[in-house]
Amino acid sequence: MEFLHAMTIGPIVEIIEYPTFFMEVLIGGLLTGVMYSLVALGFVLIFKASGVFNFAQGAMVLFAALTFVGLMEHGLPMWAALIATVAVMIALAYAIERLVLGKLVNQEPIILFMATLGIAFFLDGFGQTIWGSDVKPLDVGIPSDAIDVGGVLINWFDITAAVVAGLMVAVLAIFFQKTRIGRALRAVADDHQAALSVGIPLKTIWMVVWSVAGIVGLVAGVMWGSKLGVQFTLSLIALKALPVLMIGGFTSIPGAIIGGLIVGAGEKVAEVFWGPAVGGAIEDWFAYMLAMAFLVFRPQGLFGDKIIERV
Amino acid sequence: MSDTGNTLLSVNNIEVIYDHVILVLKGVSLEVPEGGIVALLGANGAGKTTTLKAVSNLLGAERGDVTKGSIEYMGDQIDKLTPSELVKRGVIQVMEGRHCFEHLTVEENLMTGAYTRTDGRAAIEESLEKVFHYFPRLRERSTSLAGYTSGGEQQMVAIGRALMANPKMILLDEPSMGLAPQLVEEIFEIVHRLNKKEGVSILLAEQNAMVGLRYADYGYILENGRVVMDGDGESLRSNEDVKEFYLGLESGERKSFRDVKHYRRRKRWLS
Ligand SMILES: Nc1ncnc2c1ncn2[C@@H]1O[C@H](COP(=O)(O)OP(=O)(O)O)[C@@H](O)[C@H]1O
Ligand SMILES: [Mg+2]
Repeated sequence: MEFLHAMTIGPIVEIIEYPTFFMEVLIGGLLTGVMYSLVALGFVLIFKASGVFNFAQGAMVLFAALTFVGLMEHGLPMWAALIATVAVMIALAYAIERLVLGKLVNQEPIILFMATLGIAFFLDGFGQTIWGSDVKPLDVGIPSDAIDVGGVLINWFDITAAVVAGLMVAVLAIFFQKTRIGRALRAVADDHQAALSVGIPLKTIWMVVWSVAGIVGLVAGVMWGSKLGVQFTLSLIALKALPVLMIGGFTSIPGAIIGGLIVGAGEKVAEVFWGPAVGGAIEDWFAYMLAMAFLVFRPQGLFGDKIIERV
Repeated sequence: MSDTGNTLLSVNNIEVIYDHVILVLKGVSLEVPEGGIVALLGANGAGKTTTLKAVSNLLGAERGDVTKGSIEYMGDQIDKLTPSELVKRGVIQVMEGRHCFEHLTVEENLMTGAYTRTDGRAAIEESLEKVFHYFPRLRERSTSLAGYTSGGEQQMVAIGRALMANPKMILLDEPSMGLAPQLVEEIFEIVHRLNKKEGVSILLAEQNAMVGLRYADYGYILENGRVVMDGDGESLRSNEDVKEFYLGLESGERKSFRDVKHYRRRKRWLS
């Protein structure tokens, strides 16, 4: 009886009694969700354009962050480290296309997936071999204090993350909608064969997509890294992106964003208000439970590919 | 073979194998003169699409290989060029079944055709105007998603998109497929005008021999991966066997061309 109360009425009463506290938790959760969205976004880009499920997205996040921090530790100023890391991620995309995926054209999706598994292990190992495996603090100058917005405390860090993510999405949207390469990318995502037939070189496009995913990974890595320090666990955040994708839909950019927000806010609110009743640690499995529910009731996710049917 | 001009494309005795084992083309040869419309006719499965894809090199994406013979375009061997390089040189395929980019608008679809061009925005705008001039319907639908347009409009988008590449030669695969006769007529009229006014050479694959031969200067009849007959449009159209077996003038059931020979031979023996 007591348990039932703690699971149902208790949390609701608490939420109603302390609305500003609830808001704080909710906003904190949403802003963490933004970071999940960033990781999920990288997945969606590659999956949409090439049908490859890129298991290495998490490893790319870690690798980018490690490279960025490593270069700064070697005395590069932040802007130079950033530019150099972008160049490294583009070179990585080129290498992946030339050395791995380019050799596997026309193979089954499962083979391509296995190849990305290999890339993930390689990147995890290679990154740590070069840059070391200890936790590296990353400070990109985001203030760590909070501001008071109508009685609700919000971290500067979280606000920055949200703004950066928002900018990222806006830039991507412009890139996809307004540029020649962006248009070609959408064409490839729609119909490989037709894209090939009008002279769009698929390999170039795939390299661009992997580069963009690498840069998105860098942004995600820098944000997560400044929150948690750059360490191996960054690579595991990718596992959180998986439920995000199941919820949002694997082919939808808005889906990745909304999915991330739902997971971020959901797990935080569940942890704070329902956690005590079940002994905590809801945060660790909430996303997966929610994703399971989606798999059962809406397998294409919230924004899964809309199939146009002409009548 | 024709007095329209120089040979633009010549396919010499090519053999195509899919998946390393399935032999589909068993020695196909054909020529397209500059400024001509050449029809490649034959029943479903004869190898028309495979022939076009061998030229545009879209075969690679389907695990198909040209294992014998050669393909020459403007005097150069083009077997090893990628589809993108071929488009830059002026050879573009309009695939069977239209294949529009459904989630792009009609205008965006057209613009993808200009991907390989390097002659600047103004020239591309000019081409877009030209496409809208030939296909006025596309101007009206320019902001609709291609996935929501009609079959005929999608065929126009597919052809218009190819035009945006500023091609010398279009490999046009079954433009009549699934369209009402009136629309087929409309589209063929436009293709004909494009050929006459813009000088675009056309290699046309068609099951619908009736329409194909009406617009073509020259035709090849393909059966089972081999050319079994060729001749100029007029002579093929008046040929009794073609009439009987491809134009469907006599009976509904289509017989094989080999049966024709066999039947002729028998006729000869009997008489
Ligand atoms: N990708 C492929 N793999 C294997 N066989 C194929 C492939 N594409 C076509 N074929 C076979 O090649 C033959 C010719 O096909 P196609 O060129 O499409 O003929 P058409 O266009 O004249 O209908 C058919 O028997 C078809 O089954
Ligand atoms: Mg065909």
